This record gives sequence, structure tokens and C-alpha cells, in this order.
Amino acid sequence: MKPFEYARAGSPSDAVRRFRPGTMYLGGGTNLVDLMRLGVARPERLVDVSRLPLDAIEPVGDRLRIGAAVRNSDLAADPLIRRRYPMLARAVLAGASGQVRNMATVAGNLLQRTRCAYFQDVSRPCNKRRPGSGCPAIEGDHSNLAVLGASDACVATHPSDLAVALAALEAEVHVTGPGGDRIIPMPGLHRLPGDAPERDTVLEPGDLITAVELPAPPPGASAYRKVRERASFAFALVSIAAVLDVRDGVVSGCRIALGSLAHAPWRAERAEQALIGGPATGEAFLEAAEAELAQARPLPRNAFKVPLARNLIVNTLEELAP
Amino acid sequence: MNRVEGRVKVTGLATYAAEYPVEGVAHAYPVQSLIAKGRVARVDASQALDMPGVLGVLSVEDPPQLAPDADGELALFQSRDVAYRGQLIAAAVADTYENARAAADAVRVEYEPADHDVGLRADHPGLYRPEVVNPNYPADTEHGDVEAGLAEAATTVDVTYTTPVLHNNPMEPHAAVALWDAEGRLLVYNSTQGASPDRDTIAGTLGLPPSRVRVVARHVGGGFGCKGSTRPHAVLAALASRAVGRPVKVVLTRQQMFDVTGYRTPTIQRLRLGADAEGRLTALEHVAYEQSSTLVEFAEQTATPARTMYAAPALRTAHRLVRLDVATPSWMRAPGECPGMYALESALDELACAAGIDPVELRVRNEPETEPESGLPFSSRNLVACLREGARRFGWDRRDPEPGVRREGEWLVGTGVAASTYPARRRPSQAVATVRNGDFLIQVAAADIGTGARTVLTRIAAETLGVAPDRVHVELGDSDLPDAPVAGGSMGTASWGSAVVRACEELMKNGKEGRADTTDEVATDAELARHAFGAQFAEVRVSAVTGEVRVPRLLGVFAAGRILDAGLARSQFIGGMTMGLGMALMEETLTDEEFGGFLRRDLAQYHVPACADVADVEAVWLEEEDDALNPMGNKGIGEIGIVGTAAAIGNAVHHATGRRIRDLPITPAKILAPSP
Repeated sequence: MKPFEYARAGSPSDAVRRFRPGTMYLGGGTNLVDLMRLGVARPERLVDVSRLPLDAIEPVGDRLRIGAAVRNSDLAADPLIRRRYPMLARAVLAGASGQVRNMATVAGNLLQRTRCAYFQDVSRPCNKRRPGSGCPAIEGDHSNLAVLGASDACVATHPSDLAVALAALEAEVHVTGPGGDRIIPMPGLHRLPGDAPERDTVLEPGDLITAVELPAPPPGASAYRKVRERASFAFALVSIAAVLDVRDGVVSGCRIALGSLAHAPWRAERAEQALIGGPATGEAFLEAAEAELAQARPLPRNAFKVPLARNLIVNTLEELAP
Repeated sequence: MNRVEGRVKVTGLATYAAEYPVEGVAHAYPVQSLIAKGRVARVDASQALDMPGVLGVLSVEDPPQLAPDADGELALFQSRDVAYRGQLIAAAVADTYENARAAADAVRVEYEPADHDVGLRADHPGLYRPEVVNPNYPADTEHGDVEAGLAEAATTVDVTYTTPVLHNNPMEPHAAVALWDAEGRLLVYNSTQGASPDRDTIAGTLGLPPSRVRVVARHVGGGFGCKGSTRPHAVLAALASRAVGRPVKVVLTRQQMFDVTGYRTPTIQRLRLGADAEGRLTALEHVAYEQSSTLVEFAEQTATPARTMYAAPALRTAHRLVRLDVATPSWMRAPGECPGMYALESALDELACAAGIDPVELRVRNEPETEPESGLPFSSRNLVACLREGARRFGWDRRDPEPGVRREGEWLVGTGVAASTYPARRRPSQAVATVRNGDFLIQVAAADIGTGARTVLTRIAAETLGVAPDRVHVELGDSDLPDAPVAGGSMGTASWGSAVVRACEELMKNGKEGRADTTDEVATDAELARHAFGAQFAEVRVSAVTGEVRVPRLLGVFAAGRILDAGLARSQFIGGMTMGLGMALMEETLTDEEFGGFLRRDLAQYHVPACADVADVEAVWLEEEDDALNPMGNKGIGEIGIVGTAAAIGNAVHHATGRRIRDLPITPAKILAPSP
């Protein structure tokens, strides 16, 4: 591991003030420290933001504000979260292991990097890690990589479960940074790779996530489901966060976010639009899923994700329909 | 009784190889080849040597002196030829691990790359018949006329099964600390499954007499075979220590373990079976295609269980090997039996389905009188009893054989069965028993790799001496103790235990000291077919929505001679079955066709079962008396648990879904793939 400086920030503004090129913010370290050991991340300076006073979950009117440094396990166990946003608690509990969740923070979870094998191996090319070096995954091991929104430069997926639920809940990500404070509505935090796969998010250098704010829960029933070949402690093959509101047999509200299909949590807007105002039937769900997945561009070894996502959308909506 | 070393382990006091407090220890970190084939043109260490704390760089630019006949995987830095990506081609030595690693990163290597070939296929032009397969079985056997047997059969099956590269993943990484004393004697604290053979190999590699090398391995955090043969980290520690004149420690990373500590060869296995109208086999042919490296020939004995399992008038087994630009495969829990029985027991299930015969009954009908290939009588064989008892406990008689018809919500439910087998051998061992302070000291260079060897040897000695176990102290894990064979091939307890019994008997005769060497006793063992057998039953649930496969129930019934310690035996059986579940559903190392070497080289990518995958795993055993084995009457149990599990699960997946997945692991991607 490359030697680095370590400093603990006293406040969010202090953290931003300490930021210079070569600095990385340290949350729970469950991904960053791994990447440093692998030589993938080579920061000159870590500014520890894990102990900033950003660890509260508090109501703000009918909204709920989650501090960026809240640990994943505390988030999943919070009574307000469990009562008002059960899908979010399920998503968090579907991720990692108990030990990892005890360390991992909300902001760190959102900013974790792809688990693409080539990204994590400095001896092999990767456009995300070393721009312009190439993407061996396209011809090689892409079995758990993207089928939606990928580019010729990168087929990585974003691994977070939390981000998928936040995309469906239309959470707002609160950011402070050298350019001041701003709010990024989910799923807008993460970007598609295009020709700049080295950038996972729209954050600018020095930006620090301070909180995630949840609007009042959308009406209807919600679910989070994660598919994986190992029953626990595995990244999703595909995951879904869905909210369905049916009134008199007609879909009045629908939100679908999909995980592990793209470089960002994927809001299935085409499917949602196809459903809203129509009947809540299995045929309608299937048509909507197929409308969404018509955009998929699978590679030979990840083609299974398309029927898997289709089945998952249909089955999840059927379970949510009254 | 509890494990003898249980308290020191759970309190963190047990010392593993990397943990020995050695004054002045330096650290070596390897440089690995980035090409899969070609030559190292130049190693430039100048920058690395200028870095802080760096004591030296070893490479082919100044080849360390080794025995000329050193094993190809252990002959470090002797040749400019590169055999595979990840091969150790240099190493940096420094005062700290971090400085050594930074220096290794700074070593500049110029290559002359050549085109590599890392893909195993059944039509590879380089395939050949090895002289023998591991450890020394004939590569091919043939009895009777297979083609005629198939031609006269009422039902035939001709199927090909494939298994991927698999890696042992013991919790403790491979580690060694090497120290040379003033007289030029080498001490190596090593994570090894056998102090005596490891000493011999290290000495042989360095060109030293074995008396000048000592290997200590008092606690080992798992091995499964990948610590059964000497691995390059131990040789590197010795060479680096000799070069810098200080003790040197080498601890491999998990990724390096995938590269240089062996793996189970991928296999392509073709099975041709024929049966008459009653389900009796008329022909059985098992051909296995496998790989090895260009450095060393390792030919896994994949088709050998077919020589033991079923009566067939025509029986042919064959192994074909191709030497690729890959690391050398090696031992992984039940080499041969594990992948071979996966294919054989899956094919037998296909035959049962095709013939309309219950798969338990089909196996019973093909029970042989004597070992089919050798014609030797079995010392004991209770496969049928295991099948019957397992069927009774599992509720097999209520099973509807029709595949793909049981559904609970989105979940398709099915059950499957497969047989298990593993040879029951022993090797010569020495042991010494003495009286110390009124108690008994047993010394044998055995290895306890987490199996409970120390505990079971304590029991064996106590029973022989007729004293309470707490009066017996077993000392093991040190090559200065009486020579003992490796903890491998499920032979440890049978081999070491025989010597311990004889030493204790001798001690009781003279009252002072008993010394045993079972070389002559083992040499006069009667010629018999000695194998443990078992039957495994699996229930699976397969999601029709997601293709996920879950295993709510696994049952193994084993007949393995006398079970010496119920607690330890259960751990071995269910541990093997759990590893078999991993093989069935998730374990897979990918070979990187483009760059060579392996992908998924960590535990986040190479999935082994988590607790949530292991719902109800039950292991039971039958009373089995067998006087022809050894003084304890036991058969080895370290490996049989993994044999047959993957087939039982695969057969259950077929029963649940009607789909036959013939390529491990059985993943959602394969379940959801369109039917061919």
C-alpha cells in the first residue's frame, strides 16, 4: 500500500477545506481500504469523515433526513425507516454482511466502486481505472456486468443495493463542496459511463455528501428483491426496488429501479410510463418489462440478465398488486 | 471430548506459521509474471534496491543456487522461461512487509512474450495419455467390449459433463518464516499439511540433506490439499533468508494463493452407459479430459471411481491430459473422486430416468461382488446399506419420480441422490510413546490442519494405553518428531494412528518407551479393495422466476469403518458436503483467455457457501466392522463428504425443473438459459 497522510475532519466544511488533489474522504473504509490494498486507489491523503456529526436519522416535516455517516446497520435497524420505508431497510440488509454493514456508511455505500474483476486488478487494463487502457471485460468476464446504458469503453455495474432503493424513493443527496452546497435528486448521483467511465458520479473534486433526504413515502406497496446465486454476502445479479399503487384495478403510481444492470441504478421509466393509468395485470406487467428491456444490449455471457430482469419485474409487480 | 487445542484456538493463543515471533525478521514479496508464455528478457531491480529498507531482490538475473532436479513449480528464478501468468519471477526483500511490497512494485521486468494457450477442450491437438494418474494409478483401463455392451443395451446414455477450475480456500493463507542458523541448518515455520514430507521437499529443492532442514507447523488453518505439497512461498522464504542473512517471512495474499498454490483442474468428462431392461449395466465408459502445466505433469485421477463403483461386464476408463500455459493443478479435497463421481453419479441418474428405474434401486441392482476393475474382494462395502438407510431417513419412498411437477409458489421442488466413495488407505508412519511425569507423551510428525488430528490421536493413545485422555499429551507438527506422512488422501489418522497404537503397545510391554515404525506392517497388508462408501440425498428449490437454487436439506449416510470421534467426524462429513454444495452451485475460477492466469481471485468473487446457504446438513454413519484396515478399524473421512454432493444436488435440480445442467456450477444464468 502506498504511504498516505491521515487527518480527521472536525466538520464538513473542515473536510472540504482540507481537500486537495490526491485527497480521498474516508467513511467506513469497507471498499476504499480494500482498493488501497489492491493498489487501485492510491490516495496521498485520507480525510476521515466517518466521525463527523452526520450520524443522525431525523424527521424534517414529512421527510426523513439520514446523515451521511450513519452506519448501514443503524440505518436498517432504525424504527422510522422500518416503518415508513421498509423497502429501504430490506435493501440495506440485502447488502454485504453484518460486519461490513456495521462499518459501512450511507455516503460510502453510494460511492463504492464497481466490483468488475478487471477494475480491481491493477495488472490488467481497465478504462475506469486507467482511462484509455481498454476494456477486456467486453471480450472476457462480463457475466455480472451491464446490459443497459453501457458504452464501448465500459460495461461496469454499480454494486450498491442502497442506491437502487434510493432511486425508487426519489431521495435527494445533499452535497457540500468547494463550489458550495447543492442537492442531487436520485438516481442522478450516478452517471452512465459514456466515454468517461473513470467518473462514477456527477460529484466534483472535493464534494462531500452530508446527508440523504427521503421525501414522504410514495403511496402503494413496495418491495426490494435481490437475486444472487449465493444466499447471502454476494452482489446482485439483478435487484429491484419497486413501488406499486393500484386504485380500482388501475395503476395510479409505479416506480421501478433496477440494480446490477447498469453503471448506475436504473429507473425503468419506460415500464413505469407504460403501466401508469393501465390495468394491474400480469400481461401489462410483462409488456412494460419488455418495453423497458428492449433497450438492453447484452453481451454473450450476461444475456441471462435480460430474462432475469423481465421475470423479476413481472413477479415483483404481481406480488405488489392487490 | 473437546478438541485438545480448542482453548488456545478460541483464545487466539494458537501460533500459526506467520505468527512466530522471530527477531530481526525481514519480509519478501513476490513479483509475478504478467505474461502467460515467453521469456523474461531482463529484470531491472536498480530502482527497487534504492528504496527504503530494501535488503535485496532475487531474480533470474542472479539465479539462486538450487538442486538441478528441483520441481518445476519450486525451482524459483532458475529459468527465463515463463510457464504461466502469475508465476513467481522475482522477489523483493525488505525490513517491512510494506517496503518489500513497494519494492516489488518497483522491479521492472522486460518480457519477450509468446502466444499462449490456456483453454482446455476435448479436441485439443495436444491431448495425450499420461503414464499414470495421481498418485500412481494406470491412466487407462479396459475390461470387456464397451461397444458391444452399448449395442446390446436396452437403454443407453451418452453425456458430457464439465467442471470448472476450482480453488481450495483455507482461511489461513500460505505463509512461511525461514531462519538459517550458524551451522547452516534451516528452520521453516510453514503452513503445511505434512512436516516430514515438506522438510524432504524443501531440502531436496535446496540440495541439502533432510537432516539440515526442520519444518514446524503446530497449527494450520485449513489446507484441503493446497498445503499438501510444498508450495513456492516456503522455498522463497528460505532463498530470501539465505540471500539477505536474516530470517525472512513470506505471507501470500489471497490473490497469490489462487496463482501459485494449486487448483482442481477443469474437467470435460464423457460418460457412456448401457443397461439391460432390468437396469443392469452392460457397459460403462468414463473418459476424462484435463489440463496440466508445461512445468509439471499432474494428472487428476478423475475416472478412477468408475473402476470401483458398479458391476459392468464392459468397463473402460481413460484420462487424457493437455499441457497448457497455466499453473500446475494439484490436490483439492478428493482429487479424482470428487469431479469424477459428480459426472458418474449424474450420468447414472440420467440412466435411471431413461430406464424408468428408481435411482436408488438402479444403484442397488449394480452392486458388484468384487471390485470391478481389480477383481479384488472388498475389505468391507456397505453402499447398499447407506442407500437404504438414507432413503428411509430422507423419506425417499414418497418421492414421485416425475421431473418438474412439484411447485410451491414460484419455487420448483425436487430431490436427488448420489453415491459417495473414497479409498481407505494407510501409509508407513513412525511414532514414539514415552512416560513423562507420570503421564504419557506421544510424538509423531503428524499435522492437525483443523481436522482434530491432535484430539483423535490423543483418544487412540488413551484407548490403547487404557488411561484417561487427559493423561495423554500428543506432540505433532514438527519434522524433528518421528517421521509421518502428509495429512492427505484421507490417510492421516489411519497412518499416524497405526504407529501410535504400536508405540503405545510397545510402551506397555517395557514400561518406559515405545518406538514404532509401521513400514513393514503396512507392506504386509493383504491385497484387498479398501474404500469407504456413502449415499447423499439433496432437496432443492429452484426459483422459476430467478433461477436461484437453494438447498433446504442435505443428508449424507456414510459407512467408513469405525468412527473414532463422533464430533470430529461430523465436522468432516458436513464440511465436505458444504464444500460440495459450493461446487454444485457457485464455486468457479475463470481462466483469462486474453491475458492468461485466473480471474475472480478473491473471496468476494470466488464464492464459497455462506451460512445462509447451508440450511439443514445432516451426516450420519453406519456401524461398520472392518478388521482388514488398521488397528483402529477406521477409514479416512476427510474427503468422502465432498464426493457425490454436487451430483445429488444436480440430480435434484433436474427432478425439480426437468432441466439437466451438465456444466458446474449450476447458476441462475444456466437455469434461465433457453433449453437447447
